[in-house]
Amino acid sequence: MASVGDYIRGSQIWKSIFRHPAPVDRRNRIVVMLTNFFLHLHPVSIKQQGIALSYTWCMGGITFFLFLAETVTGVLLMFYYRPTLEHAFNDILALRDVTTLGIMREMHRWGAHAMVITVWLHMYRVFLTGSYKPPREFNWVVGVLLLVLTLLLSFTGYLLPWDQLAIWAITVGSNMARATPFLGHEGPGFQLLNIGGFDLITNGSDARFILLGGRFVGEMTLNRFYILHCVAIPLVVAILIAIHFWRIRKDGGISQPL
Amino acid sequence: MGHNSDLTPPVIFGLGWLYLLLTVMNVWWTARIMRTDPHRDKEAAGWGMYAGLLLMATLAHLTGSSTPEHFHLRMPQIIQQAIDWCADPKIYFAGTTALFIAVVWLRKWFIQETVAWVLLNLSVLFLTLSMTDYDFRQIVGKPDNVPIVSMLFIVGFFTWLYFKRAVDNDERRAAGRPLFEQEKNEKILVWPDLVYTELICMVVCTVVLVVWALLLPAPLEEPASAVQTPNPSKAPWYFLGLQEMLVYFDPWMAGVVLPSMILVGLMAIPYIDFNKLGNGYYTFNERKFAILTFMFGFLPLWIGMIILGTFLRGPNWNFFGIYEPWDSHKLEVLNNVNLSEYFWLIWCGSKMPTAPAGSDQLTQTGYILTREWLGLVACFAYLAITPMILAATVFKKFFIKMGFIRFMVFSNLLLFMASLPIKMLLRWMFRLKYIVGIPEWFFNI
Repeated sequence: MASVGDYIRGSQIWKSIFRHPAPVDRRNRIVVMLTNFFLHLHPVSIKQQGIALSYTWCMGGITFFLFLAETVTGVLLMFYYRPTLEHAFNDILALRDVTTLGIMREMHRWGAHAMVITVWLHMYRVFLTGSYKPPREFNWVVGVLLLVLTLLLSFTGYLLPWDQLAIWAITVGSNMARATPFLGHEGPGFQLLNIGGFDLITNGSDARFILLGGRFVGEMTLNRFYILHCVAIPLVVAILIAIHFWRIRKDGGISQPL
Repeated sequence: MGHNSDLTPPVIFGLGWLYLLLTVMNVWWTARIMRTDPHRDKEAAGWGMYAGLLLMATLAHLTGSSTPEHFHLRMPQIIQQAIDWCADPKIYFAGTTALFIAVVWLRKWFIQETVAWVLLNLSVLFLTLSMTDYDFRQIVGKPDNVPIVSMLFIVGFFTWLYFKRAVDNDERRAAGRPLFEQEKNEKILVWPDLVYTELICMVVCTVVLVVWALLLPAPLEEPASAVQTPNPSKAPWYFLGLQEMLVYFDPWMAGVVLPSMILVGLMAIPYIDFNKLGNGYYTFNERKFAILTFMFGFLPLWIGMIILGTFLRGPNWNFFGIYEPWDSHKLEVLNNVNLSEYFWLIWCGSKMPTAPAGSDQLTQTGYILTREWLGLVACFAYLAITPMILAATVFKKFFIKMGFIRFMVFSNLLLFMASLPIKMLLRWMFRLKYIVGIPEWFFNI
């Protein structure tokens, strides 16, 4: 068997993909980190305590893993699910009852809950080890933005099953937007935004209306939340994750005592 | 609910799994003690006997020999009644805050492994016994609430782990020894050490996610209906802390201003915290203020309020004990009073200043401002004068190190955070509704 492995690793195809021999000796273990696209995210060597689980809790890594898992299961769900009033609920029902691999919905939902928890714990750990202190201040800010976007991803996804749980949770959540100062039609100061006695901010033009695409949670809301959930927010999150990871390296790697 | 009639055989079987979990945990614990320290054999024997009892309970539940009619391992009625009797937001908030203070205060005692293990056992036993109650099962057993229950244990564990590492490091510092993070801290190669850790972690996470998905179906209720409002209508669980704030604040504060302040405050932390110590290692003594403030915000205020909103708020957002049936007709007397009413009606003994009917905009504004002058002054003083008093007294050192602008930002963020407990206390002690109540402008604080 060893010879089969050697044969594969010695073949032209293998070499063309990985460019270097297998990482079995010190030299190639260094080389693999520098030449592999996915691994070049990491440094070549690292402080032993910096990767101890009791130090990092692994929560940032798990959050990223869950983001990937959500992407994979989410894309698979998108093949089945149609975000219209006619189909949304029935498609989810079918995922539960008849669709092969309908378990993707369970994985997607529980993964989302888990991601919210792990992202909080990641923040908790980073705070408790003082890892936001110079030179990592800005990366903490990026992290807070990612935390907010994680919550918004979860919030927009909550509506998609289009059941009672979904629309009323979103109704309760988005009712707050009605009270936005100046921009909500029941918020303080909205009367100040008027031209010649006409209010600019009404229930047909305020922050909540823009969020929902209507005066109440309806088909346009479903469409908006679907696009936010599947395209807009994930794109922003992906960019911020790239910056977050890049800054970890640029700011000196995982925090350690000076 | 008749005697045990709610305990169906599947429920009893489910309880068996919880007892099995406890048994496995404690068999492992017994083995761990025996392996690490042969001199603690008496202690190990005690844990072994306890594990044996748990095994008997497990078998009784799993084999079906414990029928609903002859079932005894229930949460005693007297404890249920006692817990429901003191079910009240005041006691809950006081309790979580007291627990938080106790954990910090007694950290050296609570980080001991035996203490932590006993506490873990007690909490899982409490959960298991409580699951014999119908109403408790209804709320805790909701599929979306399962992650929240596990979050409680996970947050508890990591808080414990933090204190264990922090106390250890603080003792090392006091004795002049190197920090834990500085010992055995050679550079190692990322391949294989980190890459394989990540791989194993991914495999474990995948397995956990798949098993969780197989065991627990995702919730799906009736199709959406714009005319049938469920009671209670709850936001997604991670926003229930914000929804709970609606009890004490108007939507523009609870839903917009305070969440924005939370985010701005979080982002501002690195620019406010001038303490250079504690960068890259666990410590408590070297950054007490930062840790206590953040933990108070995260544990009693954020996590605590989510638990309150999820498990203890029922129909009409009334407060219910964990064993109490959700009765939608439960009445809570709401006769809260605005500060302006206190001032004009009670203290001055006069009438509320009201603009004469048909008066112009300016007159009305004048009357409104007169009516609410005390609250407006109080809010202004809270945000503008308190920082100065703080700078001159308790935060003198902070003020000198931070400079004026940074200190004002810091103290205002702190005051916004403190406004929630302050508003709660005012409500509970004086039935205060609004400090400033101008419904005409949707401006209520």
